[in-house]
Amino acid sequence: MFAYVIGRLLATIPVMAVVAVFVFFLLRIAPGDPAAIIAGDDATTQDIENIRAKLGLDRPMLEQFALWCWRLMQGDLGISIFSNLPVTQLIAQRLEPTLALTISTLLVAVVLAVPMGVLAAWKARSLADRVVMGFAVMGFAVPVFLAGYILIYVFSIKLGWLPVQGYRPIAQGLWPFVEGLILPSIALGTTYCALIARITRASMLEVLSQDYIRTAESKGLATPRVLLLHALKNSAVPIVTVIGIGIALLISGVVITETVFNIPGLGRLTVDAVLKRDYPIVQGLILVFAAGKVLVNLMIDISYAFLDPRIRY
Amino acid sequence: MTRQNRSGLRALALACGVALAATAAVAPREAVAQEKVLRAVMHADVRTLDPHWTTQTIAGIHGLLVYDTLFGVDDDFVPQPQMVGKYDISPDKLTYTMTLRDGLRWHDGTAVTTRDIIPSIRRWGARDPAGQRLLLFTDRIEAVDEKTFKIILKEPYGQVLATLGKTSTSVPVMMREKEAMVDPNTQVTEAIGSGPFRFAKDQWVPGSKTVYLKNADYVPRSEPARTLSGGKIPGVDRIELIWMSDPQTAMQALVNGEIDFLEVPQIDFLPILERSRGVSVMKTGKIDSTFGMIRLNHLHPPFDNPKIRQAMYKIINQEDFLRTVVGNPAFYKVCHGLITCGSPLENKGGSAMLAGHDPKGAAAAFRAAGYKGEPITILHATDHVTINPLTQVMIQAMREAGLNLDIQAMDWGSVVQRRAKKEPPAQGGWNIFVTTSSGTSGANPIIHTWIGAACDRGLFGWPCDPEVEKLRSAWGFAQTDAERLKIATDLQTRAIENVVYIPTGQWMQPIAYRSDRISGIVPITGITALWGITKR
Repeated sequence: MFAYVIGRLLATIPVMAVVAVFVFFLLRIAPGDPAAIIAGDDATTQDIENIRAKLGLDRPMLEQFALWCWRLMQGDLGISIFSNLPVTQLIAQRLEPTLALTISTLLVAVVLAVPMGVLAAWKARSLADRVVMGFAVMGFAVPVFLAGYILIYVFSIKLGWLPVQGYRPIAQGLWPFVEGLILPSIALGTTYCALIARITRASMLEVLSQDYIRTAESKGLATPRVLLLHALKNSAVPIVTVIGIGIALLISGVVITETVFNIPGLGRLTVDAVLKRDYPIVQGLILVFAAGKVLVNLMIDISYAFLDPRIRY
Repeated sequence: MTRQNRSGLRALALACGVALAATAAVAPREAVAQEKVLRAVMHADVRTLDPHWTTQTIAGIHGLLVYDTLFGVDDDFVPQPQMVGKYDISPDKLTYTMTLRDGLRWHDGTAVTTRDIIPSIRRWGARDPAGQRLLLFTDRIEAVDEKTFKIILKEPYGQVLATLGKTSTSVPVMMREKEAMVDPNTQVTEAIGSGPFRFAKDQWVPGSKTVYLKNADYVPRSEPARTLSGGKIPGVDRIELIWMSDPQTAMQALVNGEIDFLEVPQIDFLPILERSRGVSVMKTGKIDSTFGMIRLNHLHPPFDNPKIRQAMYKIINQEDFLRTVVGNPAFYKVCHGLITCGSPLENKGGSAMLAGHDPKGAAAAFRAAGYKGEPITILHATDHVTINPLTQVMIQAMREAGLNLDIQAMDWGSVVQRRAKKEPPAQGGWNIFVTTSSGTSGANPIIHTWIGAACDRGLFGWPCDPEVEKLRSAWGFAQTDAERLKIATDLQTRAIENVVYIPTGQWMQPIAYRSDRISGIVPITGITALWGITKR
């Protein structure tokens, strides 16, 4: 196992190198010029050229790439063109909100979805099953922004229970931290809840038809015990896979939720940087996202060994 | 470790966690309870600390909080001394002697001197078009002593004070010598000014929040605050500029009382805001904040032909644009001029040409002017909340006139890059783009760079007419209001004939705020001053 983990970690190096090459050159090929954005509407072509020169954007692309790689190898993701702050600092500022939103969303999704999926499988083709699957369809169909606006209207504007927007770090208090995450987690978690519920149901249905389940029931084991200890445990691999994919998707894909609920996370940082053509931030973020995805995938693979004794590395 | 030990440790950890959480929940609230905090959502996020380096309006708003200016305009747009205590203009109008007022200190505690002021003027003047023009007519700027300096002109340029007190970006803020000596094309990394608020760099989260703390050492002028002149008395202890990219969230946050001030509420939301308890909507300034314009590229066919450019006037009905972008007539105005309507220089020069909307005769006019069906490349910024609908209306009008359109959809960042290209459209250039500009800029022919026609040295589209530039310069030397109005009328007439741009009307962007909590908002067109707002 240890050798496997080390091997997988070493394999991330070429993956990151390929990502670095692609992200750098794709950004440079894409239209847009940060110097023109900085210079503003009243700037002349000469003004823009002067700023380009000062930012080093007039240098040959390969020279810019070599310089970036050299800094990268020293752990330096560069300096934001607009704010003049280190990209690592900007990412660090945004990491906590995104992680908090991701974890709370997964909590909401997993805590609701797994029991719903188990229930739907156990009572397959019953009213309960149809209700759960109806919820799953709705969860997929309702866009996150719409769910967000509805939740804000009901729970913030009409009832006044929760704030409309904003993120308070946990250092500012537990309740301010939690209350700011409730609505975004529900809005974002609905889709994932639907996905996990469907996968849980499908996986459980397959396991529930196995002989050993019938044997367990014949032995007189209580239904919850059969469902949770025998069926759910053996359905866990696909469920964990989906949850793992969800983590990776959530880290990089919370843009809309962060925008609707004004959470200063990595998703918004990415979109703002792309729109402003703040190359160092975009490059740094994509590398971080890529590393995150690789690590999450590794953790999923390792978890298989714990969930299924037949799997060994 | 025994089971009992593990249970004990878990209990201890839980207790510590609860205690820490409880402490964290209580402590900061006590700390901030004594502070008066203004929470404002502006039109953009503060990403750049250098108001000289960029023309972004938000950088100007940041600059006016942290820094100070030598002059500031009053409610009638007349420049009044701000950092300057007294000043004198020589009878030949060539020498301006200015003395800094007492009590001016940088946020690091050192005194403001002419060693800071002179390089600040030079740095700002290198970047700002109005500043460039001022320096063009300046022979030298010299220090008399620590507090007095002279601007000695080559010619009696009449816009010295107005330029030093301009409200549009780049705002001529004064910086410490250390920052003022930085190359104008390189961004300064510190924001240590002498203004009414200090920038809290350690609390700055670009893309989310910018914090300013009251400068307790600031010595305001004794006169009452009027626009950007008079005493800048900090009204709160702390200002937080919170960036919300979603206008609906910002509106709901104001309604729910989570913010105090919303600089640019979406006009669609105004009825909701006006109905909300504790929320008020205010018109800003005496003149409209924004005007739209269609910019043609004079370098390439078909718009290198002035007759074809003039034929474009026939397809433009400003009402169509304004109804689409603004909707409510209370907030917009048809303006058949290039100088902002409602400003002191509003005039009728060339207006008849702009008012010649004739969609039925447009196709014939284009043919008569020599249009042969060449493709017209339009840069269409589909992500811009204002420019996108303006461009769509224009495209529809051009289609109805039978023009051959090549529409290039892209984001605004790409438009900004591509519009700087002088190559023919087929080689990555362009024929038309749509943009907006500020009403205050449009009110002053020197600052109004879009009305210029300086050929290669001018703005994108590169209209070329020495007579237009001559009139702009002459306006700067006019000494009386009547003379200024006469030159402005001639300038507008000539610029409309040349079709430097096609105006699509002007509108007012109101602000919304919690009137049950804050007061003292100074209505200013084009820029927002937050220092005087007080909170109950």
